Amino acid sequence: MRFDLEIKCKKIVGGRAKGKLLLSKKPINFLGMVNTKSGEITSSNNGFEKQNLKGKILVFPNSIGSSVGAYTIYSLKSNNVAPNGIICTNIVDITTASGCAISNIPLAFIDNQSCGDLVNCIKILGNDKESEIILDTEEEKIIID
Amino acid sequence: MDKIILYCAINKTKMHLTREEEKGLSGEYGEATSTAYRILVAIGEATDAEKLVPIKWAHVSGVNYNTIGDSGLEFLKEISKDGKVKVNTSLNPMGFDRENLPELSPEFIEKQFEIARAYEKIGVIPTFSCIPYEILPIPQEGAQVSFAESSAAVLANSHLNIITNKESALSALASALTGKSPYSDLRIDENRTPMVEVVNEMDLENELDYGLLGYFTGKTIQKSCTGICNISENTDMWNLKSLAAGIGTSGSCGMFQPKKPSKFIEKVNYGKREMNETRDELNTSEDGQLITFGSPQLGIEEMSKIQTLMEGKKFTKPCKIFCPKSVFCKAKQYGIIDSLQRSGVEFVSDACTCLTPLINKKNYDSIITNSVKASYYMKTSNKVSVSLKSLKSIIKGYTV
Repeated sequence: MRFDLEIKCKKIVGGRAKGKLLLSKKPINFLGMVNTKSGEITSSNNGFEKQNLKGKILVFPNSIGSSVGAYTIYSLKSNNVAPNGIICTNIVDITTASGCAISNIPLAFIDNQSCGDLVNCIKILGNDKESEIILDTEEEKIIID
Repeated sequence: MDKIILYCAINKTKMHLTREEEKGLSGEYGEATSTAYRILVAIGEATDAEKLVPIKWAHVSGVNYNTIGDSGLEFLKEISKDGKVKVNTSLNPMGFDRENLPELSPEFIEKQFEIARAYEKIGVIPTFSCIPYEILPIPQEGAQVSFAESSAAVLANSHLNIITNKESALSALASALTGKSPYSDLRIDENRTPMVEVVNEMDLENELDYGLLGYFTGKTIQKSCTGICNISENTDMWNLKSLAAGIGTSGSCGMFQPKKPSKFIEKVNYGKREMNETRDELNTSEDGQLITFGSPQLGIEEMSKIQTLMEGKKFTKPCKIFCPKSVFCKAKQYGIIDSLQRSGVEFVSDACTCLTPLINKKNYDSIITNSVKASYYMKTSNKVSVSLKSLKSIIKGYTV
């Protein structure tokens, strides 16, 4: 049986984006951990080293560190290696909010419970590395099809 | 096809925008204004603000080329194409003194000047200072402002009787371009009453002691507003600046209130052990090659205090004092500059010990300072070790 799963979210920056899920269970320091030319997460303690942000829907708790990290997000976008969309699961920090706002990257907030639902559903649906999700912050929903 | 909908238990109330604000957001007043409103709306939604409120003054950070880099510069150039500030806007320090160029690469210097020009083009007053409250007139009590410099934000809320959240470079810039800020957190009266307090058990003898207490407070207290018990409300400005800078450096707390201990709220004690642990974290060297004063930058009172304590003696190590250009000019008129230069002091205007590219691992292994803020940023960003000492002990130990 095929079904659509829809998870409601809160819009922080409006837009619609599609991409594979990239999940980080730990906060990200954009200023120190991200290569703005390649889009790679360069930290080794984040559980997804060698992963690339480009074209993904990044799901992570929140960013930490200097608010200058907002310019890192802007730089990722200028270099065409930014995630297509971002979802925060703990708090929407000012760095991620302002970084996405100046870069026109759709940004949403969901709580931890919904994040667990999202991850479980993708697992149930099969190949979680290949599943694409749609983040539609204007409609305040995340769609897994 | 079936559809399963999962609902999320979060506050989804939208921030209200007036018609004028909606027009600004939609681009009717230009791209820079639209970008600024996008930033404010995103931050407003993130902080559950119900509306935007007018502000009287913005103080913008994000000026150092070595921190904001090429992406920050590109963004500011875009903003400066059609952006203009709507309220008085002052500017944080840059990396070096505009009138006394250092030996940095011509490319670095040019990019730093490009950043400065972009800010000036949008109408920002080129104060290059982290103590704008000692340069520009302070608005009336209770006025809303938007300060991105953390030490100035904490001091504004706690001592200057004006109101700000602990803003970021971009939120303060957006507020400068629109004259608005999201009504959230410390901008709301009921959030300005401490629900937690730090109980000081130590005799605070000097500005360094106040800085250490501040750093401990910022690191320990996760709330936006804290009480601090057993500190004098009438202590001098250097002590207050150190306390505020310490709080601003180590966490997200944006306001302190000197108070008597209360039976009914959560307490954190600050005694000998806490003070020693804080000092051990920040004091990373026994000695240093350079003495620096100024993070936050020094005002006229502090420069005068150093002059008095020096009594014509000379420093035995190189000594840099960081201060705003306007304070330098005033101190020059009073004879303070000439007197301290005879004592071996070099003055650097427009910059601050914190985050300056003038002090780095290539030219210094370690420095001596009385500033916990300088110590934190020297260690984490510039990779330079710091010997933390009070002003009096620096003058006692390093003059003849």
